[in-house]
Amino acid sequence: MTFSVPSADSIPRPDPSGADAVFWDALRDEGVLKFERCAACGGFRHPPRPVCAQCGSAEAEWVTSGGTGEVWSFTVIHAPTLPAFMDQVPYGAVVVRLDEGVFLVSNLLDCPVDELTVGDRVELVATRVDDELTLPLFRRT
Amino acid sequence: MRTAAVAGIGQTRFAKNMGRTELDLAVEAIGAACADAGVAPASIDGIVSFHIEQVSEVDLVTTLGVQELRYMARTPSGGGGAASILGLAAMAVEQGTAEQVVVFRARNRSKAASYGSDPNQGGRPWAKSGSRLRDHRQWHHPFGVAAPAHEMSLIGRRHMGVYGTRAEHFGMQAVAQRFHASRNPDAIMRDPITLDDWHAARPIAEPIRLVDCSLENDGAVALIVTTLERARDLQAGAIPVLGHVQLGAPIHTELADFFATTAAYGERASGAVAAGRRLFGRAGITPADVDVAMVVEPFSLTVPLALEQYGFCAMGEGGPFIESGATRWPDGGLPVNTHGGSNGEAFVHGVNHLPEAVRQLRGTAVNQVVGAEVAFACGAITDPSGAVLLGVDR
Repeated sequence: MTFSVPSADSIPRPDPSGADAVFWDALRDEGVLKFERCAACGGFRHPPRPVCAQCGSAEAEWVTSGGTGEVWSFTVIHAPTLPAFMDQVPYGAVVVRLDEGVFLVSNLLDCPVDELTVGDRVELVATRVDDELTLPLFRRT
Repeated sequence: MRTAAVAGIGQTRFAKNMGRTELDLAVEAIGAACADAGVAPASIDGIVSFHIEQVSEVDLVTTLGVQELRYMARTPSGGGGAASILGLAAMAVEQGTAEQVVVFRARNRSKAASYGSDPNQGGRPWAKSGSRLRDHRQWHHPFGVAAPAHEMSLIGRRHMGVYGTRAEHFGMQAVAQRFHASRNPDAIMRDPITLDDWHAARPIAEPIRLVDCSLENDGAVALIVTTLERARDLQAGAIPVLGHVQLGAPIHTELADFFATTAAYGERASGAVAAGRRLFGRAGITPADVDVAMVVEPFSLTVPLALEQYGFCAMGEGGPFIESGATRWPDGGLPVNTHGGSNGEAFVHGVNHLPEAVRQLRGTAVNQVVGAEVAFACGAITDPSGAVLLGVDR
C-alpha cells in the first residue's frame, strides 16, 4: 500500500505561532523547507529554539534546505492511529535526515510499505493539502 | 552522608477496568507498603511521584492523615521516571531532608478509562489534542505518528538499520517476559507465548507487535524509603540503595531532537552511557556485578537499547545478548524483568518493576535468581530517565 495524504477535513493541522510559523509558512508560500540556523556558529536547530544549543547565541537566520536527505528510520503503522489515517492502514512513516543534519518525521510518496529501507535517498515533495496547509513529504530519488 | 534503604513494598491487584479511583488505588498500595515495613501511613514525611501523577500530595496528606510532610518531588516523563522516583526518595533520606518517604504511582488508565480532559487522564493520546496542533505534536501528528508505539518503532527500526538487530530479538525478550509472567500469580498475562506466537501476533507499528507492547490496566505500586539504620530495625529489613542517577535525554515524543542528539547509537554517546558510568562509579561496582535487572519497557525493544547503553553488553549487541538467553530466568546470566515486566505482569509506568527488584534481594521472588545480591533498575531509555542500584544488606 502506498501513502496517500489524508483529506483536508480530517488531517491534524498545525496551528503554529512565532518561529514555528516561519517553517510552515515557507512550505505553504514557497514550497520549500526553511530551517533556523545559528548566525554565530552555523548550527541548525529544528524545531526552532530561542537559543543555539551549541554556542548559546540567540542570533538566528532562516536557511532554505536543499530538500534532500536519507531515510534514517521508518515504521509501518497498523493501529491504533489517528482517525485521519485509519482508512489507509497499514501506512509507512519515516524519519528523514536532511543533508543539513536536521531530522523530520514524514511520509514517503510512491513507496509501498514493503519497499521502505533505511538509507534510501529522498527528496522533498511539498504537498499541498489546501490553501492553509502544505506538508513536507518526500519521495525516493 | 546517610545511606537510604527500601523498607517496604506494596501493590494493588493489577487488572483492566477495575472501576476504582486512582486515589483509592494509591492509598491501598501505600497502605500495603507501610504494612510491609511495619510503619504507620501517618508517619510518612515525604511523597515522590511522577509529574503526570493525578493523585495529589494534598489528597494523600488529608486521606492518610500525614502529620508532617517535609519533602515533595516529582520526576518528568512517564516510564522514564520509574527508577528516578526511587532515587529522588533516596536523595531526600541521604540528605536528612526526610526520614520516611513514600514513592508511588497509581493508574486508572485502561484505554477506555478516560476520565477527564487532561491528556494524562487516560484515553487515546490524540483524543484530547484537538484538531489544532501548537506544541510538539505539530511535527508528528500530520504524518500519522501519534502513539508511543509509532514513535518507539521508529527508534527500534533505526537500531535494526545500524546494527542488524532483528525484530525477532525484540520478540525474544517479549517471550522471555511472558514466560516469567506465567509463573507470577500477580501477573495479568499468565499464558506463556512462543516466538511463533510473536510472529503471529498482530503488528502495531512494525517492528512492534501486540505482544511487545505494555499492557493497558489499572493498579498502583508504592515503596517506603528510609535510612539504612532505621530500615534494619523494621520488620521487613533493609534493601540499601547503592546508587541512583538521572539523565536528561530527549524524549520519543519529539523525534527530531531525539535523533539529533542520540544520533546513531554510537556515533555519539547517549545520556545513559554517561549516567551508567556515574551510577556504577558511585556504587563502586560494574555491570558484571549485577545479578538481576529491571528494565522498564513500554515496548520490548527498549530492553536491548537500555542494556547496551548502561554497559551490560556492547553497543549493538543487545539483540544477540537477548538471543543468547542471557535475559531469561532461570538460566540467563542477567535475568531481566523476572516478574514479567510491562507486557506480562502489568503496566504501572514501570514502577511495578521496583518491588520485584526488592523481592529478588529479599529472596522472595517467584522467579528467584539464586543468591541475588545486586539488582539494577532503569526507567524507559527513550525518555528523560534514571536508574538505581539496590543491594542486599551486608
